Amino acid sequence: MRIIQASDITEAVAKMAIEACYYLNSEMTEAFQKAKKNEPSPIGRIILQELLDNAKLAKKDLVPYCQDTGLAVVFVELGQEVQIEDGLLNDAINEGIHQGYDEGYLRKSMCDPLTRKNTGDNTPAVIHVSLVEGDKIKLIFAAKGGGSENMSSLSMLKPADGVEGIKKFVIQKCVDAGGNPCPPIIVGVGIGGTFEYAALLSKMALLHPLAHKNPDPVLAKLEEEILEELNKSGHGPMGLGGRNFALAVKILKAPCHIASLPVAVNIDCHAHRHKEMIL
Amino acid sequence: MTQELEITTPLTDEELKSIHSGDRLFITGAIYTARDAAHARMIKSLEKGEDLPFDIHGQIVFFAGPTPARPGRTIGAIGPTTSGRMDPYSPRLLEAGLKGMIGKGSRSAAVKEALVKYQGIYCMATGGIAALLSKAIKKADVVAYEDLGPEAVRLLEVARFPVICINDIYGNDLYEQARKEFMEPSKYF
Repeated sequence: MRIIQASDITEAVAKMAIEACYYLNSEMTEAFQKAKKNEPSPIGRIILQELLDNAKLAKKDLVPYCQDTGLAVVFVELGQEVQIEDGLLNDAINEGIHQGYDEGYLRKSMCDPLTRKNTGDNTPAVIHVSLVEGDKIKLIFAAKGGGSENMSSLSMLKPADGVEGIKKFVIQKCVDAGGNPCPPIIVGVGIGGTFEYAALLSKMALLHPLAHKNPDPVLAKLEEEILEELNKSGHGPMGLGGRNFALAVKILKAPCHIASLPVAVNIDCHAHRHKEMIL
Repeated sequence: MTQELEITTPLTDEELKSIHSGDRLFITGAIYTARDAAHARMIKSLEKGEDLPFDIHGQIVFFAGPTPARPGRTIGAIGPTTSGRMDPYSPRLLEAGLKGMIGKGSRSAAVKEALVKYQGIYCMATGGIAALLSKAIKKADVVAYEDLGPEAVRLLEVARFPVICINDIYGNDLYEQARKEFMEPSKYF
């Protein structure tokens, strides 16, 4: 039994929220530099350079690199031997978001879906908890902006639709989005599970490092094929034409009902913001 | 041949004639920010025959909501939101005298027709370069709908704010033109 203070969780979440919005992950700067080298469109290359320059400026001047500092999505891998003291897990996380978005001068972008009244402090976070073995807490923070999230989609395909049907759905949804989700995009795909689990898988898929190779060779091949097709679309960076419309496709699958083939696509913009900490 | 043009506000029909899709524009002058909620209110005002919160003639609206400014700073991070969500509102504002819009992503056929009919342009500011864009903002004041917080209407005084013209008064569309140039054959689209 290991005791972890709720306040430590709050502190960790606040720190990750601020860092995610100010410090672009190095894997993205590397990806932009690589993309610039193979981008045939002059305006595409200009845009990729703007992304690189902006990341530097954001860090230097302490300005968020995108004004849509997003909804807070927090994944928690909670070790079964952990006992959280002096507060509830969800409260600790939400307090962290409240503090991080306040002290970090981040935008409060949450509202009631019907009245559209802003919640004022970017809470409540969307929290996904899973119990795992061990005595640690792994916290993953993702700042999910509206533009890319709005282009995401889910379909309950028929088993007969098969892999071709999956490819068609994913590719068409991404290509139809055009410049809306701020390409170059990262695409998360969830195949199988139930209606809601496919969606969750598609978001979890986005948490993998870009360089991570899918251990399933069938899925790895599918990722490559979809990425290749997406970059034939001609949309390019910010939809202004070019090759680099998508930087990576990540797929997770899970068993599903014998009558179903759920497929979900969750799109990330080029900010691709996520940070993790282990307590 | 695409041009780089220095543009000042308010925009005149004469000035719009020289702007074509693909041109890089550097805007100096006044830009108003407004997103979904502010647009909804403005259209309601027009429907009721009330005045808009600012004189829209010749103006540019930027679909944006900034992060809060740190103490001593003019503005926080600012950049475009997806313009398509404002499609239901834009034709009416163009009819009322709006001359320019800045956002990101493609516009509907109705908006593009309205740009030709009422003479206006739609431009893209690159998404996700909010630190860079904020440098072009010299002054920022909330002028309407303060209760909307990040979605309030703000008057921005800008110097060489960089955008690319997507839709001009001639009916051209840079997104369509550019995609055609780089698209490769695929059985999926």
